[in-house]
Amino acid sequence: MTGAPVLADDVLAGQRRAVSRALTVVERGGPEAEALLQTLLPHTGHAHVVGITGAPGVGKSTLVDGLALAARGQGQTAGIIAVDPSSPFTGGAILGDRIRMQDATMDPGVFMRSLASRGQTGGLSRAAAASLTVLDAAGFDWVLVETVGAGQSEIEIMALAESVMVVLAPGLGDDIQAIKAGILEIADVFVVNKADRPGADTSVRELRAMLRLAAEPPPWTPPILTTVAAERRGLERILEELARHRAFLEETGRRAERRTHQVETLVRQAVWDAVARRLAAAREDPGWARALTAVAAGTRDASGLADQVLRGAGGMADGIH
Amino acid sequence: MRDGGERVIRVLVAKPGLDGHDRGAKVIARALRDAGMEVVYTGLHQTPEQVAEAALQEDVQVVALSILSGAHPTLVPRIARLLRENGQGDVLLLLGGIVPEQDVPSMLEAGVSRVFGPGTDTRDIVRYIQERVGDS
Repeated sequence: MTGAPVLADDVLAGQRRAVSRALTVVERGGPEAEALLQTLLPHTGHAHVVGITGAPGVGKSTLVDGLALAARGQGQTAGIIAVDPSSPFTGGAILGDRIRMQDATMDPGVFMRSLASRGQTGGLSRAAAASLTVLDAAGFDWVLVETVGAGQSEIEIMALAESVMVVLAPGLGDDIQAIKAGILEIADVFVVNKADRPGADTSVRELRAMLRLAAEPPPWTPPILTTVAAERRGLERILEELARHRAFLEETGRRAERRTHQVETLVRQAVWDAVARRLAAAREDPGWARALTAVAAGTRDASGLADQVLRGAGGMADGIH
Repeated sequence: MRDGGERVIRVLVAKPGLDGHDRGAKVIARALRDAGMEVVYTGLHQTPEQVAEAALQEDVQVVALSILSGAHPTLVPRIARLLRENGQGDVLLLLGGIVPEQDVPSMLEAGVSRVFGPGTDTRDIVRYIQERVGDS
């Protein structure tokens, strides 16, 4: 615990080893993580946080690699969080995003961290929110958060970003269908990657048609961009559109809203963490088994026991005879 | 797992050097994942600098190198030195692949904790890692 202020100072100085350690601490959660985040939070808000999502195989990692390098080309720095699923059976994970981020990750102005989903929906968005807080506080100009697909937790993570980029590739057939399930609504920028492949025009057309279905023109119309990330084509244009989107958020007051949401996610998860600790402590209580038996026998009600767990007072079997 | 309790073991599986055979590395990666570890896999043809930088950014407790090219006498000491320079001298460094018996002492000298040769049971590697970093 005494290490937290020192660590925070080194993170704020952009010291890479400290950033890496801090990411481990906040990912793990708990009191040390909360203390660190509290020190770092006042120093955040500089980075442009961009969420990047899309189906597997559309080229997200290559695109993120290219975007980071494009940002470097403009004298800016980039922190990257790449989320991969954990096995629901063992909790283990193979995190392979670095394979396609070889170019950017050796640049001293780029820092990339793989994050395993560890099977907990809320925990994942908390870990992501905390991780991007660290990278933001470390002074990166861009923070790029990459996730696969369109599950609930991915949508929660994307809600942490200022700008959400949905990536598609032609020839995957059902990709437009796939993004209908919730992701379409949160996209601020569409990117059709692998645009040198046949069918790219169709993807762009379908997207445009879908956006036209909106009942009334939205305040922000997501641009549809085409890229060939593997050849680094179209990447500067993406950065331009993202900057334009950020200016829009700023002008309309939406940027503050998103920040509030990010902080809320941190607070909400701190609550869950606290509850989880109380529950773990209650289960260690010598009277826990008797308290449960009493609930089963109807001599005690479940919500009363829950209240006692939340108070963290212990003595679970007090008053049971 | 996310309640501030035990730390999940994070392992970097890396293939430094020019040989293009990563079957062994993938088998290891899978075995470690199945044992509940988080495995960062970097792909083929990594330079020592790339391996050390990945270990730094990913804050792993274990770096498992797979080298089949015979280049371990040059690659391994450089990786070990870079890890130390990055403040990661406490990382458990493992070496697998084809390492002649007479090279093993110099690898241990360079900072490798253990050399696992061909035919090693992946369960032995899992157990070794769990014993060495389980409580850190």
